[in-house]
Amino acid sequence: MDFDFLSDTMGKLLAGVPMTLELALISTTAGAVLAVLLAVARAAFVPAAWFVRGYVYVLRGTPLLLQIFLIYYGLGQFAWVRDTILWPFLRQPYWCAILALTINTAAYGAEIIRGGLQSVPAGAVEAGRAAGMPRLLLYRRIILPIAIRQALPAYGNEIITMVKATSLASIVTLMELSGIAYSIISETYRALEVFLCAGTIYLVITFVLTRAVAGVETWLNPHLRASRT
Amino acid sequence: MRRLPRIIALAAAATLAAMPFAQAKDWKKVTIATEGAFMPYNGHDASGKLIGFEIDLANDLCARMKVTCEIVAQDWDGIIPGLNAGKYDAIMAGMSITPKRMEVINFSRSYTQSPTSLAVLSDSKLAALPVSRVSLDDKAATDAAIAALTPMLKGKIVGAQVSTIQADMLKTYFSGVAELRTYKTSEEHDLDLTAGRVDAVLDSSSYLIAAIAKPGGEKMKMVGPLFTGGLLGKGTGVGLRKADTELQAMFDKAIAEAMADGSMKKLAIQWFKTDVTPAN
Repeated sequence: MDFDFLSDTMGKLLAGVPMTLELALISTTAGAVLAVLLAVARAAFVPAAWFVRGYVYVLRGTPLLLQIFLIYYGLGQFAWVRDTILWPFLRQPYWCAILALTINTAAYGAEIIRGGLQSVPAGAVEAGRAAGMPRLLLYRRIILPIAIRQALPAYGNEIITMVKATSLASIVTLMELSGIAYSIISETYRALEVFLCAGTIYLVITFVLTRAVAGVETWLNPHLRASRT
Repeated sequence: MRRLPRIIALAAAATLAAMPFAQAKDWKKVTIATEGAFMPYNGHDASGKLIGFEIDLANDLCARMKVTCEIVAQDWDGIIPGLNAGKYDAIMAGMSITPKRMEVINFSRSYTQSPTSLAVLSDSKLAALPVSRVSLDDKAATDAAIAALTPMLKGKIVGAQVSTIQADMLKTYFSGVAELRTYKTSEEHDLDLTAGRVDAVLDSSSYLIAAIAKPGGEKMKMVGPLFTGGLLGKGTGVGLRKADTELQAMFDKAIAEAMADGSMKKLAIQWFKTDVTPAN
């Protein structure tokens, strides 16, 4: 093992971590907001439910790689798209990647949250209603807390998947962790060492994330914690 | 339990028999990797079959070497690691013979030579760049050409395929001047040039001429100096593992024969419309 090369590679790869985290953070945050809206809309009224079903069906049914390609290379093909006010955003690979990652994770997130919403016991909702809670308060105090608690383990999976999915952004020229890894390999032809370093960094990020999600789970489930007496 | 040792001995014997002998290889079958996205060198037709100058040339060379060849498609950015990992025995993918690549693999003698050039959109301000010929081995001419291009490319975005001599050239001469974007394939930087995401692309002129001639390529124009030499290398050759000197000798001989009897030139004219084979 050539430790000089490994540490040099590590240094170069770490420079890509902010971009990876940024892509993951922005897309999962925006995606989560969108997912909650979609899930609530699906539960709330019928025409919206059909739209959400179609959205989820299309975005879960096609590979993310294809979606990134379609948004980046596909939309750029149309001259009229380049005349819209959206073009300053779509012109940049960064925003195309964010857009693709966001709408993709929103589809999965909407399904996870739907599962959570359905797991809310009817009795709890009825009790809230009986106490005279208006609809919004009911959502805020009863439905969403229970639903989120139920959905969190699955949502944690989705967040981790998204961190790794950011590696696909390298195909639209973004220099995040994987993009830098590919470019180092293209100069040194040493795939094994570079991928090992990149894999280690992803592993560390994922480890921190799983711990954080587990922490939030414990915090939201006080009744499951061992009582400290 | 007494029968167990015999079973183990049998298994060991079978394993040994199945192992390939580590001796000088008698080449009967050669697997050649190509990219399949760099016409007219190599590409895919509508049915997904590999076609192009290098596919025809590979079949011609294999017939001369009296070996059966299998041609496989491999992504460009992993093509050299794949060779050294033993996934195939040779690379024919429009790969230029450069000192940097020679550190990890060997090359046969070259079979094409084509300068590197910029391409821009015909309605771009850069479209007025004068055409000239510059060898990067000639320091004075290189400095003058780079000095002339630098103000034109200042703040512009220039695309190139990752891991190519063109990406290397941009990094060497224009880093800090223009923003470099690297693409997995040359076809992708063409799409972004046409869409207006990059201001110029740098690629092999023989590739660019063909790309401009394709439907959808008419908005592109080749401009500025035609660069050769230096880090751009000595033409394209067959990439081979360092250990396979025998195979290298076979390719060298076959290429020399194909050049001598004019069949290589014929293939070049068929695919490139012009003779891109080296002079000697």
